[in-house]
Amino acid sequence: MKVFVEGVGIAGPGLNGWQASQPVLAGAAPYIDASVVIPPGDLLPSAERRRTGLPVKVSLAVGLEAIVNAQRNAAELPAIFASSAGDGENMHCILEMLANNGREVSPTRFHNSVHNAPSGYWSIATKSMQPSTSLTCYDESFVAGLIEAATQTLTSGNAVVLITYDATYPQPLHAARPISATFGVALVLTGNKTNRSLAELEIVISRKRNASTPIADAELEAIRVGTPAARSLPLLAALATLNSEKPQTPEKIARDKIAQAKICFDYIAGNQLNVVVRPC
Amino acid sequence: MRCDFLDIDLDTYVGRVSGLEDMPVRADLAAYDCRNNRLAQLGLEQGNFTEAVTVARQRYGRERIGVFLGTSTSGILDTELAYRQRDPETGALPKSFNYEGSHSCYSVADYVQRVLDLAGPALVVSTACSSSAKVFGTAARMIQAGLCDAAIVGGVDSLCLTTLYGFNSLGLISSRPCRPFDAERDGISIGEAASFVLLEKTSALMNSPLAAPDAVMLLGVGESSDAYHMSSPHPEGEGARLAIQAALQSAGLTSDDIDYINLHGTGTKANDAAEDKAVFNTFGSDTPCSSTKGATGHLLGAAGVTEAIICALSIQHGFMPGGLNTGHIDPTLKSAYLLKNKQQTLNFVLSNSLGFGGSNCSLVFGRMLERAGR
Repeated sequence: MKVFVEGVGIAGPGLNGWQASQPVLAGAAPYIDASVVIPPGDLLPSAERRRTGLPVKVSLAVGLEAIVNAQRNAAELPAIFASSAGDGENMHCILEMLANNGREVSPTRFHNSVHNAPSGYWSIATKSMQPSTSLTCYDESFVAGLIEAATQTLTSGNAVVLITYDATYPQPLHAARPISATFGVALVLTGNKTNRSLAELEIVISRKRNASTPIADAELEAIRVGTPAARSLPLLAALATLNSEKPQTPEKIARDKIAQAKICFDYIAGNQLNVVVRPC
Repeated sequence: MRCDFLDIDLDTYVGRVSGLEDMPVRADLAAYDCRNNRLAQLGLEQGNFTEAVTVARQRYGRERIGVFLGTSTSGILDTELAYRQRDPETGALPKSFNYEGSHSCYSVADYVQRVLDLAGPALVVSTACSSSAKVFGTAARMIQAGLCDAAIVGGVDSLCLTTLYGFNSLGLISSRPCRPFDAERDGISIGEAASFVLLEKTSALMNSPLAAPDAVMLLGVGESSDAYHMSSPHPEGEGARLAIQAALQSAGLTSDDIDYINLHGTGTKANDAAEDKAVFNTFGSDTPCSSTKGATGHLLGAAGVTEAIICALSIQHGFMPGGLNTGHIDPTLKSAYLLKNKQQTLNFVLSNSLGFGGSNCSLVFGRMLERAGR
């Protein structure tokens, strides 16, 4: 499958938005670990925003950033949400309530417990009545989301936004499911090349032959290994490297073509996902 | 039955599958043991499903068959019970607790893929009560994009405290068996189920002696979002109407072609009123429709595929099921709600699934011969 990236959004430890993160991911600036910063302005009515947890805030922020970068209208794009973890803080509160006498569950906590809570808040925030799905594939949720998003844009002809996120679990759940960081990434994908395309992705599922592609920086590599949504980091690094020199010169494009990135992701059932990233 | 599940103290009825407590998962996959995966195992053992999958595996290869399942709460019951046994000093969960095999939302697809010895793409869609309708869309796209030749599509959701007490907190649980479209309806009855369908690519079956003569085709999928509220449907049913329209368009059909509609029809005041507006605004008041949740209860993440199977059976048997438990249809609802079973040849049927977060999906099914002849 061949799809094109039009916009990227990112929020993670020390990674505050795509513009600031590109030099770090391209290896041109040092990585400095810091808490995740969620930019304000998620379009949600304030009554709704008060009810949302970190996963909703992260996924809305990266989704909107990718769509702004792609110069698209969020209300026109089908959205694919992929997460291994959902909202562990909210789930922990419900589980504590259920373990107590009385079992009084808060109605807001209950409706926030569905895996598609970010998708629901997204459609309210963006007023989008477009289709939206919410999927999971454990550690390979980003790869599953990328496959779903690629098949959606290729079969429908519409641009789509893929939003992948995970948030750390509180104890005691963390001991059973140790997700190392809160991380969100969004990609606006199209089936055809447009004048806004940043890169082409050629996506192929094959039987497992190779180890997954790491990311050079050791701290980012630890985040990649420990956080399912951050399995996307090598792809983001390739996109950052391709776009680190603007304007594009013929020499730069020729150099990029030679240096096209081949990224291998772990997938399920003895398979891997291979993505070749080419400049546009 | 009146709720007799664990120590639940709610005044409600549940559709509980008996025997799960004494039925472990396959021995070599004991790491996946939880109520939800036990229910999945029981579902896979019904009829000749595994035999049909074996034939498909031989025909297409194990890497060419996907597994796309819906669930809302997966094996969270294990975590709920583990939270009752936390270490009083450290707060830790018992050592026996296994997140990946139970609570993880993906665990049921992982388990089913292993049981059926498949190695194609797999994922779980979890969009509350539309989960196992939306997996039909995923499967159709995967097949269309050439990543699969066939797919196991299904849904598995099992009883747990989160949904029972959660829906209760919203005032959406009935103290009687649910009465969809009734003037006195007062909420849902929660059930549990595992339902599976083997979908195969059309080109492999059209005019093929391999196709069962009464095979049913998935003709259209339509999806939409309400953009309205997290736990209340759009009051005018606009999201549901968009999903219905998209499904008809994707099937290349018009509203006049549909012979029967299997409604989402949960039995809550808000759902049935909103869905009725969507159906009436699309089909008028002549197309027969009913909810089968009076018989099954609300199967949540397994509802979409279970009702898809009911639609397939309706087509195969020329049978429209009347809605159970409903005494007096709400006079403010305008759709042609069936109270009694009706025999009639059905060519095209539509099924609605509408979930929390405003996640809507409609599916259109039809006879293979009807479609081939068009």
